[in-house]
Amino acid sequence: MATLSVSVVSADREVWSGEATQLIARTVEGEIGILPGHEPLLAILARGEVRVTLPGGEKITAQADDGFLSVENNTVQVVARQAGLV
Amino acid sequence: MGAQLRVYRQKIKSAQTTKKITRAMELISASRIQKAQARVAASTPYSRAITRAVSAVATYSNVDHVLTTEPEKIERAAVVIFTSDRGLAGAFSSQVLREAEELSTLLRSQGKDVVYFLVGRKANAYFGFRHRAFERVWTGGTDQPQFDTAKEIGDALLEAFLRNSDDGGVDEIHVVYNRFVSMVTQVPEVVRLLPLEVVEGVEEPGAKDVLPLYEFEPDVETVLDALLPVYIESRLFNAMLQSAASEHASRQKAMKSASDNADKLITDYTRLANNARQSEITQQISEIVGGADALSSAK
Repeated sequence: MATLSVSVVSADREVWSGEATQLIARTVEGEIGILPGHEPLLAILARGEVRVTLPGGEKITAQADDGFLSVENNTVQVVARQAGLV
Repeated sequence: MGAQLRVYRQKIKSAQTTKKITRAMELISASRIQKAQARVAASTPYSRAITRAVSAVATYSNVDHVLTTEPEKIERAAVVIFTSDRGLAGAFSSQVLREAEELSTLLRSQGKDVVYFLVGRKANAYFGFRHRAFERVWTGGTDQPQFDTAKEIGDALLEAFLRNSDDGGVDEIHVVYNRFVSMVTQVPEVVRLLPLEVVEGVEEPGAKDVLPLYEFEPDVETVLDALLPVYIESRLFNAMLQSAASEHASRQKAMKSASDNADKLITDYTRLANNARQSEITQQISEIVGGADALSSAK
């Protein structure tokens, strides 16, 4: 199965990057789930958590404030001024 | 003769003290370059991600947005100059200021007014000494820039950009800073920040490529509104980090050559001092011999 390559980036460093099977984020319009093969997307994130499911089934949660989410060609980037793993 | 020797000794002393200071500054800068470079590298993923997103919006949508469209007539341009807070860094600040002057001349020849936003005490002093007006100045912390400062500058610039040009708003924003190329080379660079010009690293979509159809949430305008301030901040922050790394590198270089010069001075003055001491001794001997001769012949 195809995976997503995800990176969570804050202003001064790369917080986390790696492969994932699913990503759930909170945009200004509501929660959105990204699976492999998602169409290109550019969304503004609302204050909240980004939940990433790894291929092994583990889950990672990151806090992202004031940022946006871009999806293109199975590459997901969560970009926020301030971000950190919870 | 003794007086001359004392003067040389004083000069050697003073060169030695200066050398201690310059050597210490050299070592401090050398240790800070690594850190500054690491910060530039760490902030790269962020600016790359934002640049990609901005270019995606700019390339794959045809929205008219204030920030991307070229105004018909540009009346006023803002120039942001990144200098350092402290001197003793060789041509660091002066080469940026020179570049900014050239840019201003060019802009004025195109019939535009130029307003300045300054970063660093050196730019402040340069403009203050010449009694020239500037819009705002940020000083302190140029060697260890904080993201909050970049945000502050970005907010001020955006505010000026969105104001009408009748109320003193600007239609164009340029940035002048030292780009860190390597430990030995730092190049002053001029970048037009707004309206968006060339977004670096964008692959032009080929004629045959099918453009990915981006979905925007909530909609294109809102995304652009949110994205562009962030883009400006990240570019400014990157410029500040580059400038900080360049500052350390150029200070290290300047202080190294200062220490080397002090070394050379010390060698030269030591030779002269030895010479003076030798001739003093020679003179004393000949005086003694002369005196003894005179005494013995008087008998």
